[in-house]
Amino acid sequence: MNSGRLTNFLIPLLAVLLGMIAGSIVMVVSGYDPIAGYSALLYGAFGDSYYIGETIRQMTPYILSGLAVAFAFRTGLFNIGVEGQLIVGWLAAVWVGVAFELPKFIHLPLAILAAALAGALWALIPGFLKARFKVHEVIVTIMMNYIALHVTNAIIRSVLSDKGYKSEEIHESASLRSEFLQSITDYSTLHYGIVIALIAAVIMWFLLEKTTKGYELRAVGFNQHASHYAGMNVSNNIVLAMVISGAFAGVAGAMEGLGTFANISVKAGFTGVGFDGIAVALLGGNNAFGIILSALLFGALKVGALEMPSSAGVPTELVDIVIALIIFFVASSYLIRLLLTRVKKEGK
Amino acid sequence: MGVFEILQIIIPSAIFFAAPLIFTALGGVFSERSGVVNIGLEGLMVIGAFTGVVFNLTFAEQFGELTPWLALLVAMIVGAVFSLLHAVASISFRADQVVSGVAINFLAIGLSLFLVKKIYGKGQTDQIQVGFDKIDIPVLSDIPIIGPLLFENGYVPSYIAIALAFVVWYVIFKTPFGLRLRSVGEHPMAADTMGINVARMRYIAVMLSGALAGIGGAVYATIISRDFSHATISGHGFMALAAMIFGKWHPLGAMGAALFFGFAQSLSIVGQTIPFLKEVPTVYLLIAPYVLTILALTGFIGRADAPKALGTPYIKGKR
Repeated sequence: MNSGRLTNFLIPLLAVLLGMIAGSIVMVVSGYDPIAGYSALLYGAFGDSYYIGETIRQMTPYILSGLAVAFAFRTGLFNIGVEGQLIVGWLAAVWVGVAFELPKFIHLPLAILAAALAGALWALIPGFLKARFKVHEVIVTIMMNYIALHVTNAIIRSVLSDKGYKSEEIHESASLRSEFLQSITDYSTLHYGIVIALIAAVIMWFLLEKTTKGYELRAVGFNQHASHYAGMNVSNNIVLAMVISGAFAGVAGAMEGLGTFANISVKAGFTGVGFDGIAVALLGGNNAFGIILSALLFGALKVGALEMPSSAGVPTELVDIVIALIIFFVASSYLIRLLLTRVKKEGK
Repeated sequence: MGVFEILQIIIPSAIFFAAPLIFTALGGVFSERSGVVNIGLEGLMVIGAFTGVVFNLTFAEQFGELTPWLALLVAMIVGAVFSLLHAVASISFRADQVVSGVAINFLAIGLSLFLVKKIYGKGQTDQIQVGFDKIDIPVLSDIPIIGPLLFENGYVPSYIAIALAFVVWYVIFKTPFGLRLRSVGEHPMAADTMGINVARMRYIAVMLSGALAGIGGAVYATIISRDFSHATISGHGFMALAAMIFGKWHPLGAMGAALFFGFAQSLSIVGQTIPFLKEVPTVYLLIAPYVLTILALTGFIGRADAPKALGTPYIKGKR
């Protein structure tokens, strides 16, 4: 039992380590200095208060998109559609932020709620199709991502602007930005979103671990037939899990729309935050606390990467390679488990 | 503008946009028929496009007219080798196939952009100078009406793509190899009992999908974008995946769906020049392939059933 828990803890650590080593091999092979590269990365992520602020800001949507992916995972669903749900959430939040003028204590929650609702609705479709028609959610959510991207762009062009490429800035009353947080971090783009993300992580933990509904959701994830036999409504639980997952994704979009950017602009491609959420969730072991840690790691990697070209000459894409390899290693945990048992046997 | 002129704009451009999708979708058919989900088609196309453009830029002087063809060949090989990662993770290490595919996509875009910056010192390559020539197919292009629409002024890879769909159909449904491939995807344990090496068949299938997606990406980059940057392949792999599903995991169906998606793409681009289409907002044409795929999966356009063992790693001796 104890050794099992230890292995579960060791796998993500080893995966990160192997990913970093592979990254340094890539740097050596292509003629860069890995020590300079990684020191630049470290400095760019935590070097001074500005960088720390940026890292926490980047971590915010990662926590939420990671929670979204993980929540679906725990119920036996693979929500690749977090990206699309995030985009519609972003759109809804900005829309509410621009269209209304209300006191802050109503406006801000309303905008976040709108984002959660939009994300939930976007996830309702694949959830419903899965429950009712047994259509695999992976394909439907991928398709919904593209539909979200194109529809959102069309709405920005036609409704939120006059054939322009971005919306107006949201009203101050819907903004998550904070003079205080900016001033203590040397005017980074840090905003109050991090508080919301941490609350969301607690909500996810409580929902899954401490409520009857959460128990049902996890049971359906483990074994649909057994849950059905035990009298649980499998279809309803599948739809519910997708909707909650989508709501988390929508709120991740609100973080970008109400905090980081304060508007929404026409997108040529995906933000990537939703897809990175898959990596965050996997590395975090689909558990709320693990996700906070892995979101911190990926946030630091992404923000720190920006420092690499100027001080070490290494292209920022190195970090994408490292992230991809970390996913590979976590996914191939069979390999790591095999190695660990081999090492243990030899130790005896 | 008459109907014929409109068709003369739309149909050749539909075939033009469909070619990369056909290659990649056929690759997807191989992989998924063997029971391995390949979400990584997008990344494999990225690698193909990158290889095709870099080879073309580097060797255009030495090989002249032959360059784009050799580029396709090299992209095919690199695509197959790159797909080995997906094969090793999902077949030997029993990784979640969707997760491994996602990792392939991340890795492909990261690695190719990293190398572009390393080689060219900027985020985008130069334009390639040597592309494919347009040809008229002899005899067929002389047929009235159909000839000029389908067989005049097309790129050779487009015709190869369509011909290849028939070859793949023959291979999958009429040869022992194809039978084994399908049996591994439907019921790997039964196949194993009959002496078929499940892992080997799946490795071959995944590498074929990598090779074809590599060609698809290179064709896209050589004919359509003519350079490589982060946005060169944006969703074409997923569209090919959609075409494969819309075509019900059948090579000819996948080709038909790819042609249809190419048609939708070409409408969204050339539609502005055509009178009655100008009124239709482009967003409808942009989302059409995705909406149709969802409808097809739901069963509104005939039931589409995936291979039975799709997505499950085969573990010997496990019931």
